[in-house]
Amino acid sequence: MNTTALIMYLGANITVAAFTTYFFYKVLTTPAQQHEEED
Amino acid sequence: MSSSNTESWGSRVGLVLAMAGNAVGLGNFLRFPVQAIQNGGGTFIIPYLVCFLLMGIPLLFVEWSMGRFGGKYGHHSTPFILDSMSKYRFWKYIGVFGIFTNLAVAAYYCYLESWTLGYVWHSISGTFNGQTRDEVANFFTNYTSLSDAQPIIFWVICLVLNTWILSRGLSGGVEKVAKVGMPLLILFGVILAIRGVTLQPGSGNALYAGTEGLNYLWTPDFSTIWSPKVWLAAAGQIFFTLSVGMGSIQCYSSYLKSRDDVALNAMSAGWMNEFVEVCLGGAIVIPITVGYFGVDGMLELVNKVGGLGLGFRTLPFLFQQWGPFLAVMASVMWFGLLFFAGITSSLAMGTPCVGFLQDEFGWKRERAAWAFGATVGILGLPTVLFFNYGVFDEYDHWAGTVSLVVFAFFEIILFAWVFGMKKGWEEITRGADIKVPIVFKYIIQYVTPVILGWVLFTSMPANWEKIMNTGLYAQIAEATDPAVIAHLKKTILYQNIARIGLLAIWIGIAVLVYVAYRKRQREGRFTH
Repeated sequence: MNTTALIMYLGANITVAAFTTYFFYKVLTTPAQQHEEED
Repeated sequence: MSSSNTESWGSRVGLVLAMAGNAVGLGNFLRFPVQAIQNGGGTFIIPYLVCFLLMGIPLLFVEWSMGRFGGKYGHHSTPFILDSMSKYRFWKYIGVFGIFTNLAVAAYYCYLESWTLGYVWHSISGTFNGQTRDEVANFFTNYTSLSDAQPIIFWVICLVLNTWILSRGLSGGVEKVAKVGMPLLILFGVILAIRGVTLQPGSGNALYAGTEGLNYLWTPDFSTIWSPKVWLAAAGQIFFTLSVGMGSIQCYSSYLKSRDDVALNAMSAGWMNEFVEVCLGGAIVIPITVGYFGVDGMLELVNKVGGLGLGFRTLPFLFQQWGPFLAVMASVMWFGLLFFAGITSSLAMGTPCVGFLQDEFGWKRERAAWAFGATVGILGLPTVLFFNYGVFDEYDHWAGTVSLVVFAFFEIILFAWVFGMKKGWEEITRGADIKVPIVFKYIIQYVTPVILGWVLFTSMPANWEKIMNTGLYAQIAEATDPAVIAHLKKTILYQNIARIGLLAIWIGIAVLVYVAYRKRQREGRFTH
């Protein structure tokens, strides 16, 4: 692969994978909220 | 009379996976790489990600919070979700798009989904073993020409399966499928992507390295960066990949509690879709095809048969080059992941229709689900029988493309300017488990409506040409073979009928919404 293609490929893939992992990790680890007004 | 709808999500992870499954479809693997190749290669990712930030994420925030807002009043489909956000009665008829789109898209999408099921079956039973490239390609042509009853059988199986899962409810059906289907889809995708990227000349009869495909796909052509065509293609891709403007996101989130988070959930589901599209979708079809046909051969195929053709006509043949065992494994994984991508989306299309019947007419979930299945079967029959006359494409254009943009444009106007951005921002941030950057408040109010208006406006000339059948008449004028001319004339006839049929479906749903509205008035139930 040429350098610019490699930069675009790695840049896009690492960015997308990092955001995906970060947000899904937060979903998994954030404790459920209490719903006093409803429950 | 109260609604029979007492559904809820079993878990937060289940909801996020179901929402991601709703967004992830066949287009993530078949449409995205082709769009990238045709619109500047590596440069395409820049407008693509910009559109994701300025249009995709804002629309996700808007649709998630609209759904949760409507759900507070017991609404689980867009006509009355939109109705609850404004005192003006006409908004419920804009909400008709949120049922129409799902019904009409499900009608042809279930057929597409059934192909993947059929191809999994044929992969396991060894149909493609020893077949030449032309034989594999012809298999697809014969399959869609209904040369035997098998495609119909797989289509019916697919319809029954969707209906049965929907009848099991959200936590008992849709969520369970998402929890199994999404991890498997990602696992299959990762395995095939690694194989595609690491393909070397000589291994598995490949002539070129898979990285040559990646090189072509990701080499930027910066001369295209300011081309309106490229930006329009990027906006279109973001739109369709996230399943925004359909009404299914609002429906899923309407089953949340009023203080449940929507911001983090929306971001997680949205980025998961991007991961599947950019990281996996971009690393399978193109690298593997280039590995055998080179860049020129791949480009010829893309122009001739498109992404769908590459997936169904070409890949099963290329998998055969990997030896009998790996061929079956790769083929099952490929069509298996497409099937999971398809079914998690079609289930999301069924949920608003089922929710509408439950909320407005007090139907039980099972009855509503089977009514949806039967309707999709009836509406989908023309796309099956007259596939070669462009009826499938006609449904896709009007229901799966134009309607989404129209609905999204109106819903963002409603949210930002009628409901009001102050209340809207409160809805987005209420119970949020992340801090939503304030800049999105202004993007939702000013930038996203402009982008959507631009997409809508620029697509109008092409839509008008479509209505007038300009392209088909031009083909007739150029054709000399009487058989071709007769086929084209029949295509015009069937496409006109399909178009009128789609309009009739929209009007039929609007009538049902009116009946439901009158019923609500009689029963003294909430209408605004």
